[in-house]
Amino acid sequence: MCIDCGCAAPDHHHHHDEPQMGKTIRIEEDLLAKNNRLANGNRHFFAGHGLFVLNLVSSPGSGKTTILEQTLTELKGELGFAVLEGDQQTSNDADRIAATGVPAHQINTGAGCHLDAHMVGHGVEHFDLSQTDILMIENVGNLVCPASFDLGEDYKVSVLSVTEGEDKPLKYPQMFRASDVMLINKIDLLPHLRFDVEKCKEYARRVHPGIRIFEISCYSGDGLEQWYDWLREQVAKKKA
Amino acid sequence: MHELGIAQSIVEIAEKNANQQGARRVLEVTIEVGALSGVMAESLEFCFEACCSDTLLEGCVLKIEPVPARARCRECYQEYTLINYFDSCPACNNPVSDMLSGEELRIKEMEID
Repeated sequence: MCIDCGCAAPDHHHHHDEPQMGKTIRIEEDLLAKNNRLANGNRHFFAGHGLFVLNLVSSPGSGKTTILEQTLTELKGELGFAVLEGDQQTSNDADRIAATGVPAHQINTGAGCHLDAHMVGHGVEHFDLSQTDILMIENVGNLVCPASFDLGEDYKVSVLSVTEGEDKPLKYPQMFRASDVMLINKIDLLPHLRFDVEKCKEYARRVHPGIRIFEISCYSGDGLEQWYDWLREQVAKKKA
Repeated sequence: MHELGIAQSIVEIAEKNANQQGARRVLEVTIEVGALSGVMAESLEFCFEACCSDTLLEGCVLKIEPVPARARCRECYQEYTLINYFDSCPACNNPVSDMLSGEELRIKEMEID
């Protein structure tokens, strides 16, 4: 093992203090270029099918799947949906979505902590998109990594449940910065908690001044009608 | 842990360029990492080493050039360095600014043999 840096290479070639005799070449390539290229391909493909696409991101347990179940159950009569589910393991979420009668496909990322544009590009091959207005992509529950990976969506939607603490937007600013919409979920629990909704909204706007915020509860149904109206509006815009 | 994917992408890009140049190996790769790019340098170094084995980058040195996050206030046009996305303008306290740098995640150059 190298005593300078602890690297594992047995017959290791780099000598830390000696100048190396090599040729320098400029590259200037974005490290996310490949993902961004594929994401643009997806975006083009979605546009060709007139699809409105949302990428739902949050920490685990914020209620993404329940929001989807509720939304699909109430809107599937008027809008065509397809759902891509991202999780490290199991098809539990896709099974829950499929139970609503909406086509769902599970992507298991294995060790991966986020969905990328390549997985999504292949994921949508499982759907007949001729009857689809909205593609919902439920990302892996993680408030860090999915922020960096464009999937080709129209908007990222951050879900923040009121049991998590109102300062999440400040703790994970990259995610809320990348999101155009925030759903504050489980607001029926507010009487039992010390969660300051106004402060939470202020924090989110500090990180992303133009972010659109809905306060919802899938249990009481509060706020869902505004969320649905926004979805209807966006689909109508796509079709226009 | 998306640093693993980023490290793989460094190796991929470097190998592609090294092959185009007919290089035998890659000695050093320099990358630019913005302060608000969401990537941890330590974690990236750790993953990079693992990704280099059995490639032209075996034993390659990863040089990370940090890029400070800079923003311009939308109110008074003062330019300032950000530690967090939500840092307000030090001159007028306006929270809304435009990012000038700090989100970079780019392979800049490499040394080949």
